[in-house]
Amino acid sequence: MTLRHRLWGMLCAGLVAGDAEAVLPAGGSGTWPLSYLHTAGAAADPATRLGWGLGLVSLGVIAVITVLLAWGIWHRRRVVQDARALAVDRDAGGMPWIYTGVGISTVVLLACVVWTLFTIAAVAMPSRTPDLTIEVQANQWWWSLRYANRDSSRIFTTANEIHVPVGQVVRLELTSHDVIHSFWIPKLGGKMDVIPGQTNVTWLEADQPGVYLGQCGEYCGAQHAHMALSVVAQSPQDYAAWVDAQLRPAGEPSAPDARHGHEVFEGRCAACHAVRGGGAGGILGPDLTHVASRGTIAAGLLTTTPEHLSTWILDAQALKPGTRMPSIDLSPDDLRAAVAYLETLK
Amino acid sequence: MSHDPAFDNDAWRVPVVARPAQDSSIEPRLRKLWETAPGLWGALCSVDHKAIGKRYLVTAFLFLLAGGLEAAVMRLQLARPDQHLLTPEQYNQLFTMHGVTMIFLYAMPVLSGFSNFLWPLILGSRDMSFPRLNAFSYWVFLVSGIFLYASFPIGRAPDAGWFNYVPYTSIAYNAGINIDVYALGMILLGVSTTVGAINFIVSLIRTRAPGMSVNRMPILVWGTLTASAGNVLAVPAVSLAFLMLWMDRRVGTHFFDVAGGGQPLLWQHLFWMFGHPWVYALVLPAMGIVSDALPVFCRRPLVGYTAVALATVTTMVLGFGVWVHHMFATGLPPLSLSFFSAASFVIVIPSAVAVFAWIATIATGRPVFKTPFLFFAGFVLVFVIGGVSGFMTAAVPVDTQLTDTYFVVAHLHYVLIGINVFPVLGGIHYWFPKFTGRMMSERLGRWSFWTMFIGFNVGFFPMHIVGLLGMPRRVYTYADGLGWGTLNLVISLGAYVFALGVGLFLVNVWRSARNGQPAGANPWDAYTLEWSTASPPPAYNFAVIPTVASRYPLWEDRLSGHAGRTTTDEGFLVDKGRETIGTSLLDAEPDVILRMPGDSPAPLILALALGVALLGVLLRAAVPAAAASLCGVLALVIWLWPERALGQIEDPAHG
Repeated sequence: MTLRHRLWGMLCAGLVAGDAEAVLPAGGSGTWPLSYLHTAGAAADPATRLGWGLGLVSLGVIAVITVLLAWGIWHRRRVVQDARALAVDRDAGGMPWIYTGVGISTVVLLACVVWTLFTIAAVAMPSRTPDLTIEVQANQWWWSLRYANRDSSRIFTTANEIHVPVGQVVRLELTSHDVIHSFWIPKLGGKMDVIPGQTNVTWLEADQPGVYLGQCGEYCGAQHAHMALSVVAQSPQDYAAWVDAQLRPAGEPSAPDARHGHEVFEGRCAACHAVRGGGAGGILGPDLTHVASRGTIAAGLLTTTPEHLSTWILDAQALKPGTRMPSIDLSPDDLRAAVAYLETLK
Repeated sequence: MSHDPAFDNDAWRVPVVARPAQDSSIEPRLRKLWETAPGLWGALCSVDHKAIGKRYLVTAFLFLLAGGLEAAVMRLQLARPDQHLLTPEQYNQLFTMHGVTMIFLYAMPVLSGFSNFLWPLILGSRDMSFPRLNAFSYWVFLVSGIFLYASFPIGRAPDAGWFNYVPYTSIAYNAGINIDVYALGMILLGVSTTVGAINFIVSLIRTRAPGMSVNRMPILVWGTLTASAGNVLAVPAVSLAFLMLWMDRRVGTHFFDVAGGGQPLLWQHLFWMFGHPWVYALVLPAMGIVSDALPVFCRRPLVGYTAVALATVTTMVLGFGVWVHHMFATGLPPLSLSFFSAASFVIVIPSAVAVFAWIATIATGRPVFKTPFLFFAGFVLVFVIGGVSGFMTAAVPVDTQLTDTYFVVAHLHYVLIGINVFPVLGGIHYWFPKFTGRMMSERLGRWSFWTMFIGFNVGFFPMHIVGLLGMPRRVYTYADGLGWGTLNLVISLGAYVFALGVGLFLVNVWRSARNGQPAGANPWDAYTLEWSTASPPPAYNFAVIPTVASRYPLWEDRLSGHAGRTTTDEGFLVDKGRETIGTSLLDAEPDVILRMPGDSPAPLILALALGVALLGVLLRAAVPAAAASLCGVLALVIWLWPERALGQIEDPAHG
């Protein structure tokens, strides 16, 4: 079996396997899905404009200095007979360079400081009350997501794939289960570190529907490289439908293969993973109640296909060395059954 | 004052003024006093600042090669997406050791090497103020380097990045000895840095040649002074942090442990209170190298000496107020972020002063296209690129995107390679004749410069772009389809071209040291004091202590506006033991005859004892640790044993 854990493929597959109903145009994709040169949300855009501004100023400075330097070197290669001759007398000339250069630099710099201070204020907090709060818990090396609600029957937990309604302000409360991570969806906003012992708050708002990739932004150990997450921005209707689907508990599967798989799951997986309504209540690994509805598994490493589920269960340690998920030794029959069960968890 | 021979040994005597050219007995007498005994034992006991300086340089370059090899392996892994040459653990040890090596075992020690070799020569003195401490500082550096590297062969090297954030480095998440090695090694290295810095500061205060008032000191001296003062204030923060971390790990304290009421962010504050000033300490002396040597190749004095000297000090002072710069994404309140953001912008201004001073020096001078000039001119451009990328990270909202991406990796390499390595290589070409008495090859020098300059920019500039495309730093591999593959291939190729340039440089050093053209005392027609003595300098540096009358001692006859003349052929002869002239703080008025201790094995023994003691602590072997500590105490006793030659035992002649 070829193991294609290409993130690009994952993205496309994610659209199909995950939210067939969601219309996902260019919003979060493109050739560079993690680039923040163009952003798509109110928490990111002012900073992006500032970034372009400072970047252009920087390029301008480099250009000016290059020209000055080149001109300074070549403009008068005076041929002097005496090799011991000095070009000029003591401190003769030159100071106007410093006065002019530093003077202009200071003015530009102060303008940049003012622009920066306004931008800090603009992105620090949303202009409206948040419509939705999600509690994000970072773990080595995956993300647990708990959708808060005043109505406790409408609270649910999922992992690695954040669904949000387009055009609404989402408040994110970040905590860490273990070490320091950093929450980062480049197209929707800058990083906010996730630090044990404190709750950092950030926010995002997606302008357009789409899948926006994210990645842990602070080195957190062996699999820091494979600690991705994504934001799926949907129309409010699609989002509401998704929430309703997430709230439904998993039922007992009907197919015999899947029923056997459920037993295998209870025996081998339930100590770490939870399936609401399926009897499993482990909390060390991601909640799997609707794992088959998610585009990827293993924090963005693999697309959710039966083949990938099988290889992941059998060989997690080879695919993501150091992950807390052990490689599980299952007989071929048990493995097929377990995957069949997981496939029912839509 | 009496000239009674009984008082000849008196440090309070009036020193004789002599002309070595007229008295051929002077130099043999000085040589006998100052030369290190031949053989290995002599070398191990030597306190000659020139030998120590060269050892620093050579050792730092060996570590540069080690760090470079680590980078080369990492660039193989990252050249293509989804590579698996290295396991995550191997990669994490490599990138950590790469950073630790380059920042702590190369960048600072190489500057210590220059300053150690050059200070007494530039300042017109015979040695550093504390020669034995100087030797000790080198030996401790070497021992801590070996200590850190000894963990590599056993696969237990530090693996949490050079800034080593808790709680990833706590015992719960990193149970091996990797982090203990780093913590204890850094505490040891901190000893070396601190005593070295104190030595520079005191040498500057006390041993400048008569007449070298503070407004006549070369900028390199300003740079090293500022860096040393910064180190003395900054290193305690990190030594303390590492001690606290080690205690959290092995003694059961809870400084950083959330469950015990500790604070992970405390680590970051302590680390960056040290780390940010340290970065300036890594570049200010290198900027000083350029400020002093570039004018020689522009055939004119530096434009704006006073402004550049003040900018050097200002940078360091501001450097202590911007540590939060590294913590913009940690959730601090917007008001404090705004303060640190503005401070980070302001620090650009003193850098601009230096940049425009260099450009003005070039533009109003007559550039001489020797290899050092190429390195210095190339440095100015690279400095500006590294500077403006730093300016971009000063803006908090932009930085929360840029931080921990390859953009920052690009920035820090432009800063550290651009502002440290380029001036250092230019400086080595420039001072090589003084180190060895031979010139380096110009042809190879040019080749190595252009190879490095092109390789560097091809290798590191695209890192900015791949960072803007979202590539995080410290990932051991990355998926295809994120748009990073081609750029990473270019980066790897550029890095190998850069490495080739470093290789050419080393070939040049090797060949020139053996067969280079003999140099003579002042091959570049430079203006500072070190060029007034032979190349390589005699053990005693100067037969008589020079008297300085201006900022440009060897150019005075060609520059107008100097009332007096610097004299190097006539001056105080202090030759009743290892002695030099002590001068006053601001005006460098001759003040006292300073007596200096001779060669001794004690610094080496103490350094080894410290190393073994820490090894005992690392392995929690109490007996070896205690035995080594005892050895260390004995070495200290030997070191500090009163000597009549130093006036530490009252002379019976005084009754």
